[in-house]
Amino acid sequence: MKVALVQDTPRLGDVATNLEKTVELLEEAAHRGADLALLPELFLTGYRLGDLVPEVALRLDRPGPEIERLAAVSRRIPFAVGLVEESSHHLYYNVAAWFEGGELRHVHRKCYLPTYGMFREGMDFARGDRIRTFPTPFGRAGLLICEDAWHPSAATLLALEGATLVFVLSASPLRGLGVGRHNLSIDTWVQLLTTLARFHGFPVCYVNRTGFEDGLGFGGGSFATDAAGNLLASARDIDPELLLVDVPVDRTRDMRFAYPLLRDERPELVHRELGRILGRTEETP
Amino acid sequence: MSAPVPLPMDAPELTRQLEAFLHEEITKAGFSRAVVGVSGGLDSAVVLLLAARALGPENVLALRMPHRDSSPESLAHADLVIEKAGCPAETLEVTAPVEAAREVLGIEDPLRRGNLAARVRMIFLYDRAMARRALVVGTSNKTELLLGYSTRWGDGAYDLDPVGDLYKCQVRQLGEHLGVPREVLGKPPSADLWPGQTDEAELGFTYDDADRLLWLVVDRRVPPAEAIEQLGLERDLGRTILERMRRTQFKRALPLVCKVQARTIGIDFRYPRDWGL
Repeated sequence: MKVALVQDTPRLGDVATNLEKTVELLEEAAHRGADLALLPELFLTGYRLGDLVPEVALRLDRPGPEIERLAAVSRRIPFAVGLVEESSHHLYYNVAAWFEGGELRHVHRKCYLPTYGMFREGMDFARGDRIRTFPTPFGRAGLLICEDAWHPSAATLLALEGATLVFVLSASPLRGLGVGRHNLSIDTWVQLLTTLARFHGFPVCYVNRTGFEDGLGFGGGSFATDAAGNLLASARDIDPELLLVDVPVDRTRDMRFAYPLLRDERPELVHRELGRILGRTEETP
Repeated sequence: MSAPVPLPMDAPELTRQLEAFLHEEITKAGFSRAVVGVSGGLDSAVVLLLAARALGPENVLALRMPHRDSSPESLAHADLVIEKAGCPAETLEVTAPVEAAREVLGIEDPLRRGNLAARVRMIFLYDRAMARRALVVGTSNKTELLLGYSTRWGDGAYDLDPVGDLYKCQVRQLGEHLGVPREVLGKPPSADLWPGQTDEAELGFTYDDADRLLWLVVDRRVPPAEAIEQLGLERDLGRTILERMRRTQFKRALPLVCKVQARTIGIDFRYPRDWGL
């Protein structure tokens, strides 16, 4: 499976420009022989939206020209891209949309919205409440958006839902003064996702955007791992890049036989214990 | 005296990030040029070199704005820096406007005179920026910003600042990497407000102490008392530094607006600065 990690810079609040760029980049990925392409979180809109959210949101239940355009490109190459969805209830979600074969096939609404420090997503978006997988030509896949991946239960749910591939779309700002390839973002992501890959025996493809918004620099450094958690290749930091990575999807089979962690997972145990924990009310002092 | 606090950086990597920041934030706003006030000190040397790398030296105007009381050494150091950066430069004397305003206002106090000079320089920078369709790149470092050690709307006025998240000692590290002339790297920091003035004498503490304490409290979230003890600082000194940070919070914020309607600028008119850029 040849994955194109499309690491680039959107224009904040300008869906039309970002749509053109998305189509161009997808055509380039297809032209270079990619089997599928991944674009970053909120690539169609930019990240620090605040009050721009309603202006850049797209309806997915009655698709407009933007969604139709994206769907059309997916005849050439299947892909995932981040955008803002306005639901039929007029709630706004930070979503990752999977397009394949000329249609929108799957939508993941970001479940964990960081609202601390420099992050304000909880003010701008509603939380997703579903962690599901979907078929691709290379096996069942799961999508996570940035902070979702920092909650290991999300990856475990995907594995239990049958994911043999995981795609993570991200908009992660650089910190760390350049040390250790900016170890508060890029290095940390490598540690985190190689570990999640290893725990669950699936390859993880991570794409992070580049560019600056209001002084925040998004770090790039997109990468892919195999099912054993080995780092296969990574893009450079800071600058845009379209990185093609050959991900050996059949390693999942070998890994899950050699390390049958998924077989031995005990959802009923987790469920029982969670039920007990959820039933507990916090005591006030 | 105190344990060394690591303020680690990867200077080449950081340089790439700051160059990308300057280049992208300036060009996407529709500009290609910058103006930097060059004092002969370390901060403006680092900023000028970064801006020259980010935009090409020909696109950065170095402005020297001496007052007749400025130290001649500062001017010579500014020349060294400008030569190193390879930027076009212009020298504009601020003595006449500063002294004229001083007379009108009846100012004797050196601090008020220093503020006046800083604000006249701001006027000069913004005029040259307007004339060249350029943005003003600021040179305030994080130590200065956190201590509020700047003139409001004077040296504290600019469009963007590549070194505002770097403590003074980190600016020095970066300066070493960028090849800031040794004369500039080695001299004691000074706002050159009056002859012989040094920042550290005026502040009453050293940048090293301030950098390490602020880094622990601000960046590492160490409780103040613990940080002061960890550094072996005298308690009163530590408290003076942190109290200065608290007292100058207003300098790090835009002016207050009284909310009387549904969406108020600065409160809940939540648009990014890079709106549509």
